[in-house]
Amino acid sequence: MPELGKYAIEVTSAYAVSILLLVGLVVLSLRRGRSVARALKNAEERHKNG
Amino acid sequence: MSLWEYANPRRFMAVTDRWMPWVFGAAAFCLCTGLVWGFFFTPADFRQGESVKIIYLHVPAAMMAINAWAMMLVASLIWLIRRHHVSALAAKAAAPVGVTMTLIALATGAIWGQPIWGTWWVWDPRLTSFLILFLFYLGYIALWAAIEDPDTAADLTSVLCLVGSVFAILSRYAALFWNQGLHQGASLSMDAEENVSDVFYFPLLMSIAGFVLLFVALVLMRTRTEIRARRLYALSLRERMS
Repeated sequence: MPELGKYAIEVTSAYAVSILLLVGLVVLSLRRGRSVARALKNAEERHKNG
Repeated sequence: MSLWEYANPRRFMAVTDRWMPWVFGAAAFCLCTGLVWGFFFTPADFRQGESVKIIYLHVPAAMMAINAWAMMLVASLIWLIRRHHVSALAAKAAAPVGVTMTLIALATGAIWGQPIWGTWWVWDPRLTSFLILFLFYLGYIALWAAIEDPDTAADLTSVLCLVGSVFAILSRYAALFWNQGLHQGASLSMDAEENVSDVFYFPLLMSIAGFVLLFVALVLMRTRTEIRARRLYALSLRERMS
């Protein structure tokens, strides 16, 4: 861990908030992508089977 | 080969399926390198002290917040003029990424501003126009969600995107238009006099490359999801009618 002096709380909280938001965005995007792909696959199968 | 080939959803899906892992890999590499370099291996600034390390998050996020809206503007214009569905869906896909970048820029700016300026927030021209841009992002996302018909939603959100572009431009140039307020000028510029020192410049460039690549990767992935969601919507309409 680098020496952050009197700005330790500010710097670490800025990194924590940003990384949390970016990871959250990636996870939510992946989850929605998978659920939509699954729903489309089911709908296409239903459509094929009439 | 024409760019318009990618307006075909099948072609877009086939090409992006091959590209996406590489773009995600490059984004992860640049982002990790830039942030680790900046956080662990750069010195304190003589005026800002160690708080300068926030620059590796704040500057790339603020750049992407504005550039995401610029990308949405181009995609919206393509939809309005040429009616390519993929472009409207790409604009829709970019909005949640853009709003996240705007939120990171606002949050890191406030966290940095408290010890350096002595305040979390001030109604400075650049900060205020950035807050309005954030509200435009929320309005844009809400409008897509509120309208069921995808073509009508694409039309109305495209018009909203044109209007919001004023604030995207203001966010970028507010510090120049109104030579007042707390926010300083650009940290990076073609004008060498304004650039930060080399010791901060190279990790910052790496971090910016990481944010750009992450934006591209997320927009490609989310556009693929939107194309599938649109196909799902069309199939469900057919099922309801038969």
